[in-house]
Amino acid sequence: MKLTGAEIICKALEYEGVEVVFGYPGGAVLPLYDKLYDSPIRHILVRHEQGAAHAADGYARATGRPGVCIATSGPGATNLVTGIANAYMDSVPIIAFTGQVNLSAIGRDSFQEADITGITLPIVKHSYLVKDVNQLAATIRAAFHIATTGRPGPVLIDLPKDITIAQAEFEYPPQVTFRGYRVPGRCDSAQVYQAARAIGEARKPVIYAGGGVISSNAAEELREFAEKTRIPVTNTLLGKGSFPETHPLSLGMVGMHGTAYANYAVSYSDLIIAIGARFDDRVTGRLDTFAPNARVIHIDIDPAEIGKNVRVHIPLVGDVKPILKELIQRVEVPDTGEWLKQIEQWKAEYPLRYTNEEGVLKPQYVIEQIWEITRDKNAVITTEVGQNQMWAAQYYKALRPRTFISSGGLGTMGFGLPAAVGAQIGRPDAVVFDIAGDGSIQMTVQELATAVQYNLPINIAILNNRFLGMVRQWQELFNNKRYSQTEFPDLPDFVKLAEAYGAVGMRVTRSEEVRPALERAIATPKPVIIDFVIAREENVFPMVPAGESLTKMVGC
Amino acid sequence: MRHTLAVLVENQPGVLTRVAGLFSRRGYNIESLAVGETHEPTISRMTIVVDGDDLVIEQVGKQLNKLIDVIDVQDITQAEYVDRELVLIKVNAEPSIRGEIMQIVDIFRARIVDIGYHTLIIECTGDEGKIRAIEKSLKPFGILELVRTGKIAMVRGQKYEED
Repeated sequence: MKLTGAEIICKALEYEGVEVVFGYPGGAVLPLYDKLYDSPIRHILVRHEQGAAHAADGYARATGRPGVCIATSGPGATNLVTGIANAYMDSVPIIAFTGQVNLSAIGRDSFQEADITGITLPIVKHSYLVKDVNQLAATIRAAFHIATTGRPGPVLIDLPKDITIAQAEFEYPPQVTFRGYRVPGRCDSAQVYQAARAIGEARKPVIYAGGGVISSNAAEELREFAEKTRIPVTNTLLGKGSFPETHPLSLGMVGMHGTAYANYAVSYSDLIIAIGARFDDRVTGRLDTFAPNARVIHIDIDPAEIGKNVRVHIPLVGDVKPILKELIQRVEVPDTGEWLKQIEQWKAEYPLRYTNEEGVLKPQYVIEQIWEITRDKNAVITTEVGQNQMWAAQYYKALRPRTFISSGGLGTMGFGLPAAVGAQIGRPDAVVFDIAGDGSIQMTVQELATAVQYNLPINIAILNNRFLGMVRQWQELFNNKRYSQTEFPDLPDFVKLAEAYGAVGMRVTRSEEVRPALERAIATPKPVIIDFVIAREENVFPMVPAGESLTKMVGC
Repeated sequence: MRHTLAVLVENQPGVLTRVAGLFSRRGYNIESLAVGETHEPTISRMTIVVDGDDLVIEQVGKQLNKLIDVIDVQDITQAEYVDRELVLIKVNAEPSIRGEIMQIVDIFRARIVDIGYHTLIIECTGDEGKIRAIEKSLKPFGILELVRTGKIAMVRGQKYEED
């Protein structure tokens, strides 16, 4: 039987096991939306296409399944761009469907035409412009395969309107073959053996765990590996949840706003075992002074990450999970007694700290309370970007994978709320918090309407200092307190804003109000905004100034 | 150091853009790029000359390999290979000096493919050194236009064993 292109898309999504898509209709995708109307696939109507891409991203990170978003041609498609770039930088599997003008109209500057495959070229794992309806099913199969295998990433499918109307026989290919795409297979055992020996010989080893541990679903293996070898573990921002941050072997986050003891441990180590991490500049600080005495074992599925920023002595290319399993079998347990003592000393000497002052609400305290109240719950934290994100990374101790979702590589303000929408849709039973700033929340606050429409009990904790806090912090430290364009003199009343959207709004100005407000928010079966009025010029410390060595921390 | 890469890609629209875009986005310097269909019509072959140290070239290869449409990447710099480039040069050639130009053309085993009132077009094939040499030799006459195809290259076949 022949199906239209739009019907083929709906069927293909069903074959892929997609239960929910995030999107926004428009002229070029009218035929698709007409078929979605009858489809069992749930459609979440966002308020801006950027929200659709971030929601698909948050959904994917919270569930481990690929996220799907849909936008119309032209401005709908270009509005997805930030979300696609975000997913690309953080290696998140999303599939973006964009409408396109009719095939014959392409290239004529038609109404709502944009060359979206061209625009997104550097920020997708792959993209397709479908020119033949007979290729549509295989294209969708290929897109899901590419997005979800190897190093995951976004794939875009551009759909000319006439392709969605044209008919073809529907047959969904169980698999597709590629001449130019291979997922790395088993890692060379000789390399694993070499790594196992190097680990045995090390005296000051550190595990540096990134988002790859989580996308490989290898948190259990990481824990077993660390506990067997007694090697301390530091994690990246995206690696939060790969190893419980309350574990005695945990050093918390490394890098620009990492813990002092993590930065010292990495800097003075003799062996770094990087697992699913990419030596980002926010992690390494100044490269030529990074871990000068360390050999480097790098486990990653993307061969291009090996040696990209840091010289690697033993590369292990492949999926993290099976490599760790093999490594656990073969590893020689090093003598880390002295090293762990040294680390305990650093932990005692340079703990994360802040001072509570009478009558002032500290953001770190708010995060600690959110952690206390959710630590034993099925909870997902999303963050915006800036000080709110770094305080969350420091004081929210992630315990399990897929519980801490943040925009790492791209650093997208406005990510947290739509990502929370996606996470809550994917995990309806979870307690979801978006830890936000007063700047970030305003970038995508329209998604509050989405949360209200679908009755999502998301809790938005705005750390409100009426500043673009992180930029202000840099201006304070490096630009003589010249606060150029970082102050918001006239913010909306976030309580009234919440109410205007049909959500619940609260304001907290004192420490003792924090806990009751959080409890009330969690008990409220609706979206809630809590406006935490915090100390205005609180800084995120410790801090490694940009371009400095990791050991050159200020404020610790 | 300059490296010569032989890259097999899917013969599809947009592939050249993906490859060129990768080079510009990651800040690699393409010195020359030549592309055309192979004997297998669904595959095109690119010869890319790129400048960079070993680390950069390793990254270029790995990043190219990540493109779904790239089937194979080989750095043939260290291999024995044949490389050729075609150039068309239009030079000033008043009748009085044509003889001199034709002598140069002969020396380089090049060909004259067009004669105008005041100009000649010369076609020359060869490796980079030869192309540079003929260009230099013709320069004094006044080069009006010059177009090069970019270098193409192929690894030599296995040689018969000698006794």
